Amino acid sequence: MSWLVRAAQAVWEFVVGDDPITALGVAVALGATALIAGAGAPAWWVMPVAAVALLALSLRRAAR
Amino acid sequence: MSGPQLGLAISVFLACAVEAVEALTIVLAVGVTRSWRWALAGVAAAAAALAVIVAALGPALDAVPIDALRVIVGALLLVFGLQWLRKAVLRAAGLKAQRDEVKAFAAETDAARAAALPGDGFDGYAFTIAFKGVLLEGLEVAFIVLTFGSSQHDIGLAALAAGVAVVVVILTGLAVRAPLARVPENNMKFAVGVMLTSFGVFWGAEGAGASWPGGDAALLVIIPGVLLVSLGLVQWLRRASVASALGRPA
Repeated sequence: MSWLVRAAQAVWEFVVGDDPITALGVAVALGATALIAGAGAPAWWVMPVAAVALLALSLRRAAR
Repeated sequence: MSGPQLGLAISVFLACAVEAVEALTIVLAVGVTRSWRWALAGVAAAAAALAVIVAALGPALDAVPIDALRVIVGALLLVFGLQWLRKAVLRAAGLKAQRDEVKAFAAETDAARAAALPGDGFDGYAFTIAFKGVLLEGLEVAFIVLTFGSSQHDIGLAALAAGVAVVVVILTGLAVRAPLARVPENNMKFAVGVMLTSFGVFWGAEGAGASWPGGDAALLVIIPGVLLVSLGLVQWLRRASVASALGRPA
């Protein structure tokens, strides 16, 4: 395995850790914010709602 | 100092202090049981590596346009912050073991005594364990310093807060000459998780094009809001685990 692949894996492990679903959820929420804001509607509420939902879902998975 | 700058300084200080306490436990353990000389050499090498990383990435991040930077930083902080917060909530709810520096110190000293002793000269074990401990704990701090600092265009303030935290922890460690078991580490981790998540929400939304009602003052609502939700989730998990232990639905 090249050092580049190992470095990419280390960065992924460091940032995303053991919860890729939360990372994906954050990306989707940012995309939704950009779409709603681009359409001229208020979009500030998307990220707080997403953060609360992602935290609750992550805790639910971890607590099982 | 503006509100976001104060939040930056507090967040970086707390995060850095927590990581420094953990690194201090490792360095103390190998220093006491093996070799102070080579443990401190490991610390110096890790500090130099971290300085190179911050010096290389800091100016590069400053060159990125602010909106793009805030989307990237907001996403990273939010992913990172939600991980810290999840672990902190699980600890507070009793579903994950609390970090205990005395136990960690005992485990490190046992491992250090069990490892083979070197002949005269270089103690590779003491050097490597101290180097890895400081580098790995320091990487999280470097990440927080760079993301917070670049979003506020104030890496200097973030680095200063980190430096003050390290000095405070080292001086306290020198004074008590033992792992800092009385530092409220788990509460500090909870606070850092709340701050990272709050700033991630704020900058992520701004970078993606949203405008916050009240501008920067929105942070005064977001931070307490994230804290209250997190405390509520602790209570929910506690009730759920009690209900589960009693064999009835939560």
